[in-house]
Amino acid sequence: MTRAALLVLADGRFPAGGHAHSGGAEEAVKAGRITGVTGLEAFLRGRLHTAGVVTAALAAAAAAGADPAELDAAADARTPSPALRLTARKLGRQLMRAARATWPSAELDALAGEFPAGAHQPVVLGLTARAAGLGAADAAYCAVYESVSGPATAVVRLLGLDPFAATGVLARLAPELDRVVDRAVSCGTAAPTQGVDVLPAASAPLLEIGAEVHAGWPVRLFAS
Amino acid sequence: MHLDHSHHGPAAVGADARRADGSRRALRIGLGGPVGSGKTATVAALCRALRDELSLAVVTNDIYTREDAEFLLREAVLPPERITAVETGACPHTAIRDDISANLEAVEDLEDEVGPLDLILVESGGDNLTATFSKGLVDAQVFVIDVAGGDDIPRKGGPGVTTADLLVVNKTDLAPYVGSDLARMAADAKAQRAELPVVFQSLRGEAGVADVAAWVRARIAAWTA
Ligand SMILES: Nc1nc2c(ncn2[C@@H]2O[C@H](COP(=O)(O)OP(=O)(O)OP(=O)(O)O)[C@@H](O)[C@H]2O)c(=O)[nH]1
Ligand SMILES: [Mg+2]
Repeated sequence: MTRAALLVLADGRFPAGGHAHSGGAEEAVKAGRITGVTGLEAFLRGRLHTAGVVTAALAAAAAAGADPAELDAAADARTPSPALRLTARKLGRQLMRAARATWPSAELDALAGEFPAGAHQPVVLGLTARAAGLGAADAAYCAVYESVSGPATAVVRLLGLDPFAATGVLARLAPELDRVVDRAVSCGTAAPTQGVDVLPAASAPLLEIGAEVHAGWPVRLFAS
Repeated sequence: MHLDHSHHGPAAVGADARRADGSRRALRIGLGGPVGSGKTATVAALCRALRDELSLAVVTNDIYTREDAEFLLREAVLPPERITAVETGACPHTAIRDDISANLEAVEDLEDEVGPLDLILVESGGDNLTATFSKGLVDAQVFVIDVAGGDDIPRKGGPGVTTADLLVVNKTDLAPYVGSDLARMAADAKAQRAELPVVFQSLRGEAGVADVAAWVRARIAAWTA
């Protein structure tokens, strides 16, 4: 295994479609819940401890060898909003393409065959980490970091926020990211033996509702 | 790159000339260029000119979702199932160059759903002079500028003007009103592009999109040869 593979996978420029998604930030900006750095930090913290920990645990579980189809069903059950389920599958399909081209693997091929319209993105992420020779904690780190860095970048674009200030928010959240990863890894690595019910099911109702609202807009900059 | 098609499931690499079932995929032509230069109008005119002889589809990459797609739908240049809009997260050039995954999904879905297709036109959201398409997404690209954007654009160059497989200088009907010197634009384009072709067109004029349509037909002939 190589540490540098983690950087390749975690890089925001890894071409897996994430750049067109705001993680709910576009809707939160429009609704006036994010107007500056303070609002961004509160939004990201909420996202980290709900969607963030759930996706990180799913990714860790997939990387630890849990059954991908069961994880995909577990992800569905943890995502009430149909718009968010669709987004997660689209992003999963896009990540699958990039992952198979980058780290060819029989497990990825099998998942692509089983889910031609896309499996949930964190499940694909976990298998991608395996294909890259990375472990459960690496997969969880990619997932939690993505859960906050994507919306932060989107808010920089949407509000013209100072990019240094937005990056500072991410740096301040880093210790919390570590703690979320610890929790995600302990649940995720238990999943192969104890089943998917050990995975967290934290939910942010406003993110789910906001995603449905956003999907109905006739004009928007981000896909979600 | 992983080009092995013996695995099941969708192909991993979008630039492959063959689809997973072994059939030849559609030729993909990208249209890029500055805001308002006439990309959508050119796409619409191409659809009208070619739809009786070719099986066509269009992908649009709007800055604001669906504006271009809705124009094409209103104009009824193609049935709605042949027009797809991709959302670009405020960054149209990223979606056509750095991270082409959403566009690849769109072209492959079109081929699955309404194929077989001969040609897919991919319109980029209006951007700047540096925006070009990835070779992983399109087989050839057209850069559309117009005479009203300033007759110094060919001289300024940039990747679009310099390297596109076809440069279209649109809205020549407006040249007298905006004081653009077409001869100078042609000379500058020639200097930037050497042997690469340039078309001057007015979609308001009689010939319309005919020269660009002829260029597309030649690309199709080469692709299917
Ligand atoms: N006079 C004149 N107007 C044209 C011509 N071609 C396009 N237009 C007009 O120019 C305007 C912009 O054309 P579009 O086709 O929407 O331009 P676009 O490049 O797709 O614009 P974006 O997608 O917003 O970047 C429209 O009002 C067209 O009708 C032309 O040859 N002559
Ligand atoms: Mg347009």
